[in-house]
Amino acid sequence: MDVPISYYVVLSGLVFSIGLIGVLIRRNIIIILLSVELMLNATNINFVAFSSYLGNLSGQVFVFFALTVAAAEVAVGLAIIIALYRHSSSINIDDFRLLKW
Amino acid sequence: MSIPFADLAIILPELLIVGVACLILVLDPVTPTGKKDYLAWISLGVLAVCALITMEDFGETTVAFSGLVVMDSYAAFWKMLLYLVSGMTILLSMSYLKEEKIELAEYYAFVLLALVGMMVMVSGADLLTIYLGIELMSITLYIMAGLKRYEARSIEASAKYFVLGAFSSGILLYGISLLFGVTGSTRLSEISTVVNGPASEDPLMLLALMLIIVGFGFKVAAVPFHMWTPDVYEGAPTSVTAFMAVASKAASFAAFLRVLLEAFGGVKPNWNLIILAICLITVALGNLVAIVQTNVKRMLAYSSIAHAGYALVGVVVAGWVGVEADVSSRGVSSLMLYLAIYSFMTIGAFAMIAILRKGGLEGEEIEDFTGLAKRHKGGAFLMLVFMISLAGIPPTAGFIGKFYLFMAAVNADLAWLAIFGLVFAAISAFYYLRIVMVMYMREPSAEQEKNTRLVLSPQVSVVLACAVAGVVLLGIFPGPLVSIADLSVLPIK
Repeated sequence: MDVPISYYVVLSGLVFSIGLIGVLIRRNIIIILLSVELMLNATNINFVAFSSYLGNLSGQVFVFFALTVAAAEVAVGLAIIIALYRHSSSINIDDFRLLKW
Repeated sequence: MSIPFADLAIILPELLIVGVACLILVLDPVTPTGKKDYLAWISLGVLAVCALITMEDFGETTVAFSGLVVMDSYAAFWKMLLYLVSGMTILLSMSYLKEEKIELAEYYAFVLLALVGMMVMVSGADLLTIYLGIELMSITLYIMAGLKRYEARSIEASAKYFVLGAFSSGILLYGISLLFGVTGSTRLSEISTVVNGPASEDPLMLLALMLIIVGFGFKVAAVPFHMWTPDVYEGAPTSVTAFMAVASKAASFAAFLRVLLEAFGGVKPNWNLIILAICLITVALGNLVAIVQTNVKRMLAYSSIAHAGYALVGVVVAGWVGVEADVSSRGVSSLMLYLAIYSFMTIGAFAMIAILRKGGLEGEEIEDFTGLAKRHKGGAFLMLVFMISLAGIPPTAGFIGKFYLFMAAVNADLAWLAIFGLVFAAISAFYYLRIVMVMYMREPSAEQEKNTRLVLSPQVSVVLACAVAGVVLLGIFPGPLVSIADLSVLPIK
């Protein structure tokens, strides 16, 4: 039995919303990073689902690029977080008030 | 599958710059400290070569890699501007990095890689290439913002930029994925066909359009997506701030406009009112909040938000329904002109902040400029020129830029928008001229007299000379640049 496309869209919408809300309400910068990853993965669900639904491979190609970019982004992001932690021994967003947020 | 050489020739400048950036990364460890300037000169050399190559591309439209990349006059115009801005940034950085003791040659590689990202953005004809360009630019800029690793402010700026940048990329990417679902393609031309036809009222398409506007809104720092700007501009090293304020904004506007006009050009009523609303609040909030700032970099950050708002007037005109095609293209060309002029004056202003030293630190508070005219007549005069240009007072280029934008608005029957812009330009004069007032009319305290000074190097002098020449010459003879911008506009649907 085929799963209808709308299920996938709803799933990716939910995952995206969880990520979005996570970025907005969580204060730990690692959790925020994870939430951003959720948002990106919701996108990948969309691309793959639409790609198979439309019989168009370019969506899957896009996923490869998006995954690579996400990996690069996490590498740089974690490096920044480590540098931040060495300075202030904290990764709580609320502790960074040198610059008015 | 083979890649035809003709396609590679189209992206030759990008390939060259990536090659040199990698070369610099390899040469960096074997170059002794104090000799890193050679790597900066190599970077400047490759920029000059690429400028010559890109110059040839004016007037032609070539599509490469089966529609992923397009090289037209519009892309060529932005690329030339980006080469110029990157070159000025590199020159400005050479002495600044020494003063700040962050003499890292990777810095030049980062500038070049960010430049490649921006070039891919401006010549991307597919949402995939545009997205990759944006990410290459942003990831590089996250690192550059935190380059002063020993300073808490710089790292904090980097972290905030990273969180909000990644967040906005996620939103943009989700918009792209929904659009792919609706239209079955990420190619701008194919999206346009579907969007104009069967999908013109599809709610999923509208949601995708909104998400894409939000994503780009973050990148161009338009209100209400501007909150990262002041923090990042204040915390990042000043040369990086200049680069971000000018180059990344120009490239983001270029890509934003291409996406809106080429993919969504047929459904203008779906987006022009939103852009208009963003434009109004950006101009208003940017200018009003700039008034209360005491840090010059922060003030210039809000001023850059306000300038993004003015540039959005061009987007509004280009997207206005019921105007003739030549009025719409006038909107595009006035935006291009405005951002080119904005680049000169903003780089100049940030260069002045970079060379004003207070003890061993940067003088970035407004009071550090107190009585500067007494000790450095020339320096104070240059700052005066940049400030009146930013405020849009004739005979400087800033006036010409605003004039063409507001004329475009008047031609599109949006005279009230032009008046709105003028009122806020007058308000902006208050905070720009406050710096002038502080420089010329306040007596410095003995301590300020002793500590603050301008540190000039030959390279910075070149940057300042370029910037002031641009501001003054374009203010008096705008003709050539105006006609180049007119010739390089996107075809309006």
